[in-house]
Amino acid sequence: MSRTSPVPLVRLENVHHIYAGSRPVEALRGVSLALWPGEHVAVIGPNGSGKSTLARHLNALLLPTAGDVWVKAWNTKDPRHLQDVRATVGMVFQHPDAQIVATVVEEDVAFGPENLGLPRDELRRRVDWALDVVGMSAFRRRPPHWLSGGQKQRVALAGAIAMRPELLVLDEATALLDPIGRRDVLNAVMRLNRREGMAVVTITHFMEEAALADRVVVMCAGEVVLDGPPHRVFGHAERLRAWGLDLPPVTQLAHRLHALGFPIPPNIVTVEALVEAICRLQVAQGREQHTQKHS
Amino acid sequence: MDTRELVIEVRDLVYTHLRDTPFAVQALKGVDMEVWRGEAVAVLGPTGSGKSTLVQHLNGLLRPQHGRVRVLDYDLSDPNVDVRALRRRVGLVFQFPEAQLFERYVGDDVAFGPRQLGLSREEVRARVREAMEAVGLDFEGFKDRLTFTLSGGEQRRVALAGVLALRPEILILDEPLAGLDPAGRRRLIALLRRLKGERGLTLVLVSHDVDDVVLLADRCFVVADGRTVMAGTPRELFSHPPATLAEFGLRPPSIMTTMHALADRGIPVRRHCLTVDEAADELARALEGG
Repeated sequence: MSRTSPVPLVRLENVHHIYAGSRPVEALRGVSLALWPGEHVAVIGPNGSGKSTLARHLNALLLPTAGDVWVKAWNTKDPRHLQDVRATVGMVFQHPDAQIVATVVEEDVAFGPENLGLPRDELRRRVDWALDVVGMSAFRRRPPHWLSGGQKQRVALAGAIAMRPELLVLDEATALLDPIGRRDVLNAVMRLNRREGMAVVTITHFMEEAALADRVVVMCAGEVVLDGPPHRVFGHAERLRAWGLDLPPVTQLAHRLHALGFPIPPNIVTVEALVEAICRLQVAQGREQHTQKHS
Repeated sequence: MDTRELVIEVRDLVYTHLRDTPFAVQALKGVDMEVWRGEAVAVLGPTGSGKSTLVQHLNGLLRPQHGRVRVLDYDLSDPNVDVRALRRRVGLVFQFPEAQLFERYVGDDVAFGPRQLGLSREEVRARVREAMEAVGLDFEGFKDRLTFTLSGGEQRRVALAGVLALRPEILILDEPLAGLDPAGRRRLIALLRRLKGERGLTLVLVSHDVDDVVLLADRCFVVADGRTVMAGTPRELFSHPPATLAEFGLRPPSIMTTMHALADRGIPVRRHCLTVDEAADELARALEGG
């Protein structure tokens, strides 16, 4: 879903973040960015480019060293609105062990929404729904510590969506899932995005996953260096490679065919679009040969 | 005569977590696997299918409750097996190993294992240098760096160096590429290929990334619901219909999906191209010939 409102959900204004220490590290160097209600944004960038630091600013887990982050009308520096900010922006991280708090799966999922002070039956409905969305209903009474890494990631995701946030931030939250599991979880998240208008920010190293977003933001050395729709961002092959990134495999193939002289657009990002382009080319060639034979 | 040396043999392995408690979960219900010296084997399968439980048997972290696990000359069912000796020869790198770095300095972290072996100072230093250079970390430049100031990719390489410093013959890696950026993945794949090619290291890797498995593995085992359900080369594996693969949590590489779709639309191409290179050659041939 693309933007539907004239007011951004989250606004970063010239945000700097410095990790203090004997050798201070400037992880964000003046990031300005607006995230809109209902948007699906992918953030890509090499390890150490500031993606996770950026994510942690979206719900006040980190505060800017300089600059401001606004979630709706609330400045994340204002402690009076911390709860509002956290209820608006949910977050799931890569390392599932750090996020599991309870000794039974369903209690773990209920942990966040319980703090919202929901009535018991509404709480139960949300937990059931969230476990169903991530495909973990059968595991609800299991102790989470004996689940696999990928299953723990699903539980952590259920805990976040049970909060019904307006923006869900996934910081490499599917890294341990199998390909079908990752597709299923992403489809579930994209359904929430399309049907319920929940905005989604996915931080990912999978270029194919980024290609599914409405918008791709590229970070490098603490700055936003590219921001646009996937076909435009993945048109910058050389720059992406120089930053240690890559193209989705399908785009790599389109590039190769383009370089070999076939009239295939080099910035194709999906299997479907590449198949269409090749089929069109084949039909055009067939027609040409047909005409030659008969002339 | 088959002159290859069988270095790992798993037969009908069964394992239940929290056995004899109300929370018992049968993770393995009958896994079979064999690995020959010098090959790279990938273990694939859905989340929660028992892959990590399986590989934790290979260096004696878990012991078979039923069935048989033999690694090198060690029979893991034997309660008197020398697990410490086994672990010197079989290195295991966990998921997100960078989370387990615990020394302040990179050099000390890599040296931890060799120091436990009671080697001389010079020998420890030589091994640390060798292991760090093997993973592409300059010894002088990195040994005195604080571990927590490194990037995620660098930390992962420190963790890997710590295992390589034990000079294992078999290296087991649980999701070695998860969380690395594309350049970091390329570097680690090249490194693993080099360790295998130059040192004859045997590799067993658990991975979900089919594009990377295709570049690394000689053979694959698919474990689903605690059993070995498929085995073969990546090409044999991904020749199964997509619906069969999906049952086991697998998807063919997107390049192969593209080729399937093209063949279905009547374009005369081979379906079973696994990499961008193969597909580009195949399409160039088909489109020029067409």
